[in-house]
Amino acid sequence: MGDLYDNQRAMRQMRKAAMQRGVVAILDVGTSKIACLVLRFDGPERFRNVDGVGSMAGQSQFRVIGAATTRSRGVRFGEIDAMQETERAVRTVVQAAQKMAKVRVDHVIASLSGGHPRSYGLAGALDVSGGAVTEQDISQVMANCEVPDYGADREVLHAQPVNFALDQRSGLADPRGQIGHRLTTDMHMLTVDTATLQNLFYCIKRCDLELAGLASSAYVSGMSSLVEDEQELGAACIDLGGGSTGISVFMKKHMIYADSVRMGGDHITSDISMGLQIPTATAERIKTFYGGVVATGMDDREMIETGGETGDWEHDRRTVSRAELIGIMRPRVEEILEEVRARLDAAGFEHLAGQQIVLTGGGSQIPGLDGLASKILGQQVRLGRPLRVQGLPQAAIGPAFSSAVGLSLFASNPQDEWWDFEIPADRYPARSLKRAVKWFKDNW
Amino acid sequence: MRRLIRRPAYVAPHDPAPSKLGYRWQRLLLTPGFRATMRIGVPLALIAIIAGTYFSKPENRAAVVAQIESVKQQFQDRPQFMVKAMTITGADQATMTAVIGLLPSDYPVSSFDLDLEQTRRTIEALDPIKSASVRVGAAGTLEVRLVPRVPSALWRDGAVLRLIDDEGVVSGVVAARSERLDLPLIAGDGAEQHIAEALALFAAAGPLGPRVRGLVRMGERRWDIVLDRGQRIFLPSEGAVAALDRVVALNAAQDMLDRDVTVVDMRNADRPTLRMNDEAVAAMRRTNETVATHGAGN
Repeated sequence: MGDLYDNQRAMRQMRKAAMQRGVVAILDVGTSKIACLVLRFDGPERFRNVDGVGSMAGQSQFRVIGAATTRSRGVRFGEIDAMQETERAVRTVVQAAQKMAKVRVDHVIASLSGGHPRSYGLAGALDVSGGAVTEQDISQVMANCEVPDYGADREVLHAQPVNFALDQRSGLADPRGQIGHRLTTDMHMLTVDTATLQNLFYCIKRCDLELAGLASSAYVSGMSSLVEDEQELGAACIDLGGGSTGISVFMKKHMIYADSVRMGGDHITSDISMGLQIPTATAERIKTFYGGVVATGMDDREMIETGGETGDWEHDRRTVSRAELIGIMRPRVEEILEEVRARLDAAGFEHLAGQQIVLTGGGSQIPGLDGLASKILGQQVRLGRPLRVQGLPQAAIGPAFSSAVGLSLFASNPQDEWWDFEIPADRYPARSLKRAVKWFKDNW
Repeated sequence: MRRLIRRPAYVAPHDPAPSKLGYRWQRLLLTPGFRATMRIGVPLALIAIIAGTYFSKPENRAAVVAQIESVKQQFQDRPQFMVKAMTITGADQATMTAVIGLLPSDYPVSSFDLDLEQTRRTIEALDPIKSASVRVGAAGTLEVRLVPRVPSALWRDGAVLRLIDDEGVVSGVVAARSERLDLPLIAGDGAEQHIAEALALFAAAGPLGPRVRGLVRMGERRWDIVLDRGQRIFLPSEGAVAALDRVVALNAAQDMLDRDVTVVDMRNADRPTLRMNDEAVAAMRRTNETVATHGAGN
């Protein structure tokens, strides 16, 4: 665990260095596409030249100066499956983004959608015995959290304090300086498979880039597509991606739960491909042009040519009705949503004050999805699009880019993580001079 | 069935991924320092290398210098810059001849080749010239305007008579006193260094003026005024003009200098002394004796 602490700290340092240099790249390694944004940090409100309401959410301190996407290769379920292929795809997208930005980027903040994310709620307590709560106490109370055995082959991706309570008063955002006896905290910890993380790390390393941050893509899509009051009151963000569907639940502006369903748009495509006996590329095209989840009488008469190059006239001239296509797609979409429902139920989403569900990601563009989702997930369903950020090209403002945009928000103002606080004294190496100094500082 | 319509064979879609080398190369090219080097440093280095190679050979250097010289010469020899004649004003013939000897002799000459300031200094170094102005005037003439020195006295320096001006600067020689009767004559060692005092004395001489033959510096200390008939006035080293004024006043009152006086010695202001001729002394003594005997006889 100390190792992770150091790793994450090192990444934070690197992020700071990158911000100092002013240029950072965002890499969203997805199953169907890899997106790269190059951000330039110039300080707050640099690009405003008109009076009036400031840019949104304080994220005007950066500007997107390069953006590129490419078809993803070698990624399955959001996990790197063929390293060489993925590396080539990353090189492609980074080079294109760099070319657009006309600047070299060395630091990359990446997101991860696969790797079996698992959420843990941790609780810790500390006796502060009537004194004012100091920063040291906060790191100590977080260190006091009882960490479950999450497995040797798993790594902590996020560990965020979501709540502090001092004696009877709960829901404190910042207990520093307040006086009480017993400080307790609730922490949300997200773990992923070490192998997945290492693969991504290694892949980025092979592209001569340095990893300056890692985030769960479910978390960052929630950051970009949930509006502020949804994040405050409680909402779930469903990121319907290509290979996996990310679920993140937010409350009081903190992520309190994240999970992923290992099904996504690619499964719908492969169902169409198998059901209609057409190549995957054609199936993908038909899905994006004619796909839907609610069939009407009109759809029976709308015939879609599947085409083909076999030379067999009968085979190449096949047509399907749109109703048939919808008939293939709908069960799969329902299956995904049912699975999401199951995960949300397991997480106890129904106990939250807000029941808002926001669908985002490339898969959320299926026509009629919101109607279907409201039948399965609850009444308060809307389709979410990511926040608008400065300089983002028109091609990259769709819901498919919500995790890329969220990642840039994550890069510009990250939430406090456990490792952002000072290391408690007892975690220093036993014979460290620092530890001695700290002991003196804490006791006098 | 064999395909009847000819279509291009299927080729795999082009993989847009750059090669690792290409990727690194492009990243290198996007590095700000490298970009600056390529855009500025490398061209500068190339220019420096080419220039260095060229100039490392002495004949190339000489050729470049010669080229520059010839271009400069062509420019300087343009007719607009040529000086075709000269005019000298403000001096007599002898001085002009001397000045002409100092000026360039063959015309036309480029005005870039003339050092007017140096020429002016050389001309002013000549004795008879007080100041000069040298300029290239309109229509390419070298105009030399001279202000000659005005001699204010003649200085008998041994056997020669020199012309000397207010500042004690010798501006020429005359063969005989009669050439410049208008100028007072001074003589004696160190006389030329106190020309101003001498001129003041000449001015103070007033009614004695026509009788003054000259001033003699005695012992590099004081002046004697030499009058005609061999008379001399010894003046003190301090307050010479005042002493002379007293002599003039005595002369006006009693015609002292018309009498048979050889020397009027004013060196001691408390005790002016007259020296008379031997005959005059004898005559006076005789007279005195006569007066005495007559007086005794009575």
